[in-house]
Amino acid sequence: MSPDYTGLFQALRPETSLLFGALVALGLDLSLFRRHTSGERLNLALWIGALAVLAAGAHVWFGPHGPIFGGVLILDPLAVATRLGVLALTLLTLGVATAARTPRNPAEYVAIILFATTGFMLMAAAQQLLLAFLALELASLSLYVLAGFDKTRPESAEAALKYFLFGGMAAAFLLFGFSLIYGLTGSIELLEIARQLTLQGLSPLLVVALVMVLVAFGFKAAAAPFHLWAPDVYEGAPTPSAAFIASASKLAGFTLFARLLWPGLRAAAGNVSTLHGAPGWLPAVAVISAVSLLLGNFAALAQTNVRRLLAYSAIAHAGALLLGVIAAGRSGPAPFFFYAATYGLATVGAFGVLAVVERTGSCQKITDLAGLHRRSPLLAGCLAIFMLSLAGIPPLAGFFGKFTVFAAALQLGGLAGPAGWLAFLAIALSALALYYYLIVLKQALVAPPTANASRIVVPTLARFTLMAAAGLIVLFGVAPSLLLDLF
Amino acid sequence: MNALPCTIYLSFVGALLALAAGMRSAATARVVALLTALTGFGVALSAAAHFVPGPGLQNLINLPWIPDLGIRYHLAADGISLTLILLTGIAAVAGILFSWNIEERAGEFFALFLTLIGGVYGVFLSADAFTLFVFYEIAIVPKYFLIANWGSTNREYGAMKLVLYSFAGSALVLAGLLWAYAAGVAHGFAPSFALHDLATAATHFTRGEQLGMFALVFLGFAVLAGLFPFHTWAPTGHVAAPTAASMLLAGVVMKLGAYGCLRVAMPLFPVGLEYWQPVIAWLAIIGIIYAGLVALVQDDFKFVIGYSSVSHMGFVLLGLAVANAQAVSGAVLQMFSHGVIAGLLFAVVGRMVYERTHTRKLADLRALPLHRLMPFAALTFVLAGLASMGLPGFSGFPAELTILIGTWKTSPLWATFAAVGVLVAAAFTLRVIQVSFFGSSDRTSLPADAAAHPLPPITWAERAGAMLLIAATVYVGLKPDVLLQWINPALQSPLFQAALRGGTP
Repeated sequence: MSPDYTGLFQALRPETSLLFGALVALGLDLSLFRRHTSGERLNLALWIGALAVLAAGAHVWFGPHGPIFGGVLILDPLAVATRLGVLALTLLTLGVATAARTPRNPAEYVAIILFATTGFMLMAAAQQLLLAFLALELASLSLYVLAGFDKTRPESAEAALKYFLFGGMAAAFLLFGFSLIYGLTGSIELLEIARQLTLQGLSPLLVVALVMVLVAFGFKAAAAPFHLWAPDVYEGAPTPSAAFIASASKLAGFTLFARLLWPGLRAAAGNVSTLHGAPGWLPAVAVISAVSLLLGNFAALAQTNVRRLLAYSAIAHAGALLLGVIAAGRSGPAPFFFYAATYGLATVGAFGVLAVVERTGSCQKITDLAGLHRRSPLLAGCLAIFMLSLAGIPPLAGFFGKFTVFAAALQLGGLAGPAGWLAFLAIALSALALYYYLIVLKQALVAPPTANASRIVVPTLARFTLMAAAGLIVLFGVAPSLLLDLF
Repeated sequence: MNALPCTIYLSFVGALLALAAGMRSAATARVVALLTALTGFGVALSAAAHFVPGPGLQNLINLPWIPDLGIRYHLAADGISLTLILLTGIAAVAGILFSWNIEERAGEFFALFLTLIGGVYGVFLSADAFTLFVFYEIAIVPKYFLIANWGSTNREYGAMKLVLYSFAGSALVLAGLLWAYAAGVAHGFAPSFALHDLATAATHFTRGEQLGMFALVFLGFAVLAGLFPFHTWAPTGHVAAPTAASMLLAGVVMKLGAYGCLRVAMPLFPVGLEYWQPVIAWLAIIGIIYAGLVALVQDDFKFVIGYSSVSHMGFVLLGLAVANAQAVSGAVLQMFSHGVIAGLLFAVVGRMVYERTHTRKLADLRALPLHRLMPFAALTFVLAGLASMGLPGFSGFPAELTILIGTWKTSPLWATFAAVGVLVAAAFTLRVIQVSFFGSSDRTSLPADAAAHPLPPITWAERAGAMLLIAATVYVGLKPDVLLQWINPALQSPLFQAALRGGTP
């Protein structure tokens, strides 16, 4: 294999744009704009960040496809779609940041968002264990900082610490698992690993490695029983950070996860179409999925804090996404990608609404949303679209995400096998989920405002961001083929 | 005929317009809403005038929607759809007329109302299971906000219960449909959600699969049709809802469930239908009698009507379960008939009586000489009550009679029990007419406070709405052939014939 550095550089132009944007934002902030108010500095950094993201998007769209640099990176449809999705979610997160409280170091905040995005972009395309790990850690370390960025609030520091401790542990597990896989197969290339594993079959050492990898990804994806950090982080982190952690990070993580499992470890997949299928990682993922669905949905019922509610609903959605990963072996990655991308849109939007409401006071409790329809009809309408999309009501995109994932899962042996039961469980629990989303919407659309609640003025950029997110949700719900055609 | 899909789009566009108009004034919003509903009804009427009855669905529009999954946007109509489209048009117009007094957040009210109507039109026109399901779910969420925002007694509880029952039912339907879709693909058929393709694939399914799929899909839809013991959402929801929403819930939304059973569950899985037939029939009979007996002892006027709806919908489900041509055509006729009559009953109770006297307690109403204070309301209610009891001359008579005759052909025992239900219905209807409107035997003087605070007069909107509904029930009662000439040929289509023969080709 002769290293093709030109090809590599061309493939990495999106990442380069992002890093360049981050450096420019930092440089300008330190030099020319040092004396300006923090609001102005934030605006400047956000605009630079947005431009960098747009440039990266153009590079992804017009850039090369196929394996890059001898297969270290793979720019297949899933990678391209995930990259575009991550960039869109980043752009929306930057829009949310315009409405949130200005952080103390605005340019650093934006730069770290862009670093994390760079990590996501590489995660989307990595086809080699080392690159996968580095990309994941670049993204994770940036996210820890973002979670703790509000240094004036102890909750933010608590969130960052918890996230860091759990995430660091997960990274250790992942690295251990990877090293075992390397020891077994003598390679860090996914395709070579797959070839070796087909010859070897399921050995005890491979089982240990699989458990390590699954635990690590369980942490990263906030799947039960590895979800403990999620509610605290969603509650404590600054709102745009929480939106980012809940959306773009999920999408990139699931793409990496699916790529590692299906092309890489397919030989050890096992079978969930029948009850007595071959052992492998599929049954384990199925169990994690079922536990996440049950725990997420039932725990969300009891929440009074809207962010914790979103966190538990995120755990439930992680369960459904894992179902999509299970089905990806037969139906391809399109179903879970559609689910993750549209879930990200709705979550960014929901946090965006919270960020705007927060401008007029605290917005932690569900009851803080009371009377939103009087205080700002636009916010209430957008929140309704986001929540109903999360609940899976047509014609919103969340519905089709669920539909396509469940349809794919039922291809694995119908309702006669465990995969089918899992899909049935997920469908049944969606009725439960509608309850807690409606509890939120009841406050926003039915309850009268409290006596001292004032009208909320929505800043122009935030309004544009929310309407864009809501518009995309409706668009992808009515015409899902727009996204599916990426594959 | 080809303009029928416009009923859907008109309703959704009207919803947006009403929302915008509501920002100016409530009056504009209600005019916009009424015009939208009238146009939709007009389209339905003109389609009916040009309709040529025949077996099978007549295509209206058929476009690829999501080619990767074989989903098409496929709308089509036959005599059964047309009957229910007409019912929806009537219910929409009447519902808006009876909501003429909504002032608070009127734009949102009519927007939600028209969204619900649009979803209902969509369900009745769908020939693709995915399309049907999407419209079915679009119709669910507006109900919550209509009830929770503008409802009365215990409205948040009633709204949530109703929506969760509906959504849980639709979850069962989704599971069943996806299972059938996946099984079809597994049997080597091209992926498709078209009802026709699913039915073809289903003939290759194992008996176990057919039984399971039928149970999921039929039960899921039947929850919304008020099948005992899953009917409890209906009385609480109807009571909590604002008048127009109760009219629509009882009048049209419960029919969505029955229509889903008839259009999807029965033709797709005839083997399942044959197996589950006795269970459904007995549950329907229990529903008829039980709900009737409960209605007999209610002391809330609206609960009486709410339970009567469950009882009358039991006849629809019985007719469907019996599954011979006569019983099924009677069931469709009963869907229309009950839609009109329930609308009328809820209009009198919720709008004419409750919003003037501010009580629904029968004990309180007994003290008022309502037949003298509100002669128009009394007349309307008596007519609606007679129609509801199934007296000749009203639409309830041919509908229930056809169902009973059809049932008798299959099982005289079931028909006998169902006939008991007719007697119970007569009993609770007569009781509530007597107690509510003619309770005060005092013929000479009004109570002092009633004279001091005369009830507001019945408005033109209420009169118009009531006349429309009465005209519909009397017209169909005197000339049921106007609907049966559409319904009977529709049942000759191969899909329905398979269902009526219990799966034997």
